[in-house]
Amino acid sequence: MKLKINGRTHEVDAEPDMPLLWVLRDLLGLKGTKFGCGKALCGACTVHFNGSATRSCQLPVSAAAEGEVVTIEGLSADGNHPVQVAWRARNVPQCGYCQSGQIMAASALLARNANPGDDEIDAAMSGNICRCGTYPRIRAALRDAARATSEARAGEGEA
Amino acid sequence: MSTLSKLSRRRFLELTGVSATGLLLGAAVSPASRAMDVLATATGERLNLFVSLRADGAVEIVAHRSEMGTGIRTSLPQVVADEMEADWSRVRVIQALGDAAYGSQNTDGSRSVRNFYATMRQMGAAARRMLEQAAADTWRAPLAECRARNHEVHHADGRRLGFGELAARAAALPLPGLDDLPLKGREDFRYIGRNVPIVDLHDMTTGNTTYGIDVALPDMVYASIERTPHLGGRIAAYDAAAARKVAGVLDVVELQGPEGPPAFNNVEGLAVIASNTWSAIKGREALAVQWRPSPHSDHDSAAYLDALQARVSGGPGRVARERGDVERALGDADQVLEASYRTPYLAHAPMEPPATLARVDGGRCEVWACTQNPQATQAAVASALGVDKAAVTVHVTLLGGGFGRKSKPDFSVEAARLAAHVGRPVQLTWTREDDVRHDYYHACSAMYFRGALDGDGRATAWLARQATPAIGATFDPAVTRLEDGWLSQTFGSVPFATPNLRIESHEAPAHVRIGWLRSVYNIPFAFGVCSFVDELAHAAGRDPAQYWQEMIGDDRHLDFAPEGFEFSNYGRAIAEYPYDTGRMKAVLRQLVANIPWGETLPEGQGWGLAVTRSFLSYVAVASKVRVDGDTLVVEELHGVIDAGTVVNPDRVHAQLEGGMVFGLSLALNGEITFADGAARQSNFHDYPVARLNQVPRVIRTHIVDSEALPAGVGEPGVPPTAPSIANAVFAATGQRIRELPLARHFDV
Ligand code: FES
Ligand code: FES
Repeated sequence: MKLKINGRTHEVDAEPDMPLLWVLRDLLGLKGTKFGCGKALCGACTVHFNGSATRSCQLPVSAAAEGEVVTIEGLSADGNHPVQVAWRARNVPQCGYCQSGQIMAASALLARNANPGDDEIDAAMSGNICRCGTYPRIRAALRDAARATSEARAGEGEA
Repeated sequence: MSTLSKLSRRRFLELTGVSATGLLLGAAVSPASRAMDVLATATGERLNLFVSLRADGAVEIVAHRSEMGTGIRTSLPQVVADEMEADWSRVRVIQALGDAAYGSQNTDGSRSVRNFYATMRQMGAAARRMLEQAAADTWRAPLAECRARNHEVHHADGRRLGFGELAARAAALPLPGLDDLPLKGREDFRYIGRNVPIVDLHDMTTGNTTYGIDVALPDMVYASIERTPHLGGRIAAYDAAAARKVAGVLDVVELQGPEGPPAFNNVEGLAVIASNTWSAIKGREALAVQWRPSPHSDHDSAAYLDALQARVSGGPGRVARERGDVERALGDADQVLEASYRTPYLAHAPMEPPATLARVDGGRCEVWACTQNPQATQAAVASALGVDKAAVTVHVTLLGGGFGRKSKPDFSVEAARLAAHVGRPVQLTWTREDDVRHDYYHACSAMYFRGALDGDGRATAWLARQATPAIGATFDPAVTRLEDGWLSQTFGSVPFATPNLRIESHEAPAHVRIGWLRSVYNIPFAFGVCSFVDELAHAAGRDPAQYWQEMIGDDRHLDFAPEGFEFSNYGRAIAEYPYDTGRMKAVLRQLVANIPWGETLPEGQGWGLAVTRSFLSYVAVASKVRVDGDTLVVEELHGVIDAGTVVNPDRVHAQLEGGMVFGLSLALNGEITFADGAARQSNFHDYPVARLNQVPRVIRTHIVDSEALPAGVGEPGVPPTAPSIANAVFAATGQRIRELPLARHFDV
């Protein structure tokens, strides 16, 4: 089975019903995507699938083979996606475990809505649990990233 | 009394698993304190903490405590670097292996900074002194003319030498005595008290981190374990053949449970070994295990709590603390109030479930684990394998949250036993269902209070009883009641000036593994105590904030001994860390100043507050809620902490924010129930934890500026949060919440 992950094609030998999460982690050694519940309840395993935030614990590898997957490792070449930059500026992570999923969810949100309001942020991000309670900073960093994204886009428009 | 000893490079290698060259320092100090928890490892604790300096100037500082989100891998090295005058950008933090040479590495009880702040400063200062001496020797100049500053030693005449250039010479020097080493003044601090970003920040935002669940070895296999649903259960029958038919499954292994108390042992279970985690989980589902009953297999938590409740409201228990004559004061009172409270079992549910990689090879075992307590892991694994502790190496990974769950090494014992059986490295990952169903649960509790008010509304008597299963029961089933040590957490140590007071403890034999969860018994007891104070205030027709000040009374240091109470004070001497009612009242005043307390709010809205002292810190929390029909929304949370000296204020703010969110979470939704001895919850759908949409958009934290000795930070934000919310609900609606979680009463 061929999988397109972070712009590269990988050949994997997996049962078709194996969730993408375990293919990434156990077969491909991409450990940045985390396991938290296995039931689409926590968002720790969030990746981009064809650009949308997707729970990789619920996506069978056979279905994943039909599209493009981006994981935290492939979100940006240098770790400088506006969401990653904003997360660091606000010192969001505590234990850090949920943050791959948070960042993937936040970046997918900004990709489709560069300037989300508080309710849209709540709606898009409430599937991602942070047991350490970094929520206030997630909100703040997401707004910062949105601002940076909008400004960057406005800049592009002028150029 | 402190002494410094030089460590051989080999010993350094043993302790950290990395090689280092240059100056190696080991600080050895006598035991800081008696550890208060049941985990207390070796008595006569030694602390050995290390600095190394390379010829190229790179400094390596060992972090011997576990990083589970507090930022400790940054804060303690930050202290060393400051006293050493090292340039933080040239510091690399190395995680220590588990080794008794460090003294306690048990990262819980909110004590990393308070137990190691002084030692870290001495270590840094010793390194600085040796570098200054090395420069003085090089220049043949008096020591007094040589000063270390930002990774260089400067001579009064302008000459300077980099730390790296001095490494070899400094390493050859005798070690200075620690006691007469000059420490920097507060005004010269370069990093202490500053918001140094955590060392793992970049990696945590790029997925480049290694938690227990992430460690991999070339030849490893994966395990998932089906465990007895009730404590003490035994395997009766199962279908190994069906499990083996699942693609990827390699083996099915019986793991026998302990004969005695659960302690840190694995519980009885059946492990499925497979070529990947998914196959192991699927294999389990095919096992169809049947379990033999045990004395705990009829445990029903609702009936159990009812029984505890009847006991506490029915009559006196063992008296733990007594002042004056409570009965007489109740008899003479103008008004008598009584109330019963209860709180449920809770599960830790750290975002990363327990996970370990173990390799057993030729009588040696190596473990990589997300453990809060590497030495307990080492001891438990050694004992399970029947080898010497020295034959077990424990690598500490990052922890995806801990909250007390990962102080217990049961999951590493499982992995090690499986690795020994299989003969290959075994990566064991608990599913969320495993985590919720096989926790060391936070104890449920039943409480009963009676208070007397005089004609002016002053409280003249405080009677409090509780029945709560003891953590000690996990290690010794004969422990069936909380004694003063655990009662010191809020319930027995109430700071009230009421002339008559009695605290009692009732029996509550345990039927599940009881553990400690972030702030431990302060959780139920702060809920009961801080709610009942609010009840008294309202019965007296008084403003609760003002009433709290009066209940606490004069500024003073509390002395519990005359009242027959053995106050454990989180393991620290009361002379060193007094229970200071002045500081407690001050955080409350600061809190009230930070919010529009007393404002007139529309129908259905209200403010509530609570204050506690836990882990030697004083924390006050206020909540603003809105109740709309059946729906409860917490709109604001405000916290004030006096934690004494703080090393990294940003991380203290973060811990208070997180602690309040944790408290909010348990207040709104936290509840584990048992039927037929088994936990009825299994994952985040039936054991919900706080999500973004439940978290107030206004969360503010305030750190009291203080030069007092450092106190705890990781846990103290939790206890006052739930009662502040319940008190706000009362202010909003007149409805008194005496049973958690709030989801029992409202849509949350
Ligand atoms: S692991 Fe996929 S949502 Fe929790
Ligand atoms: S940072 Fe620990 S779970 Fe989110």
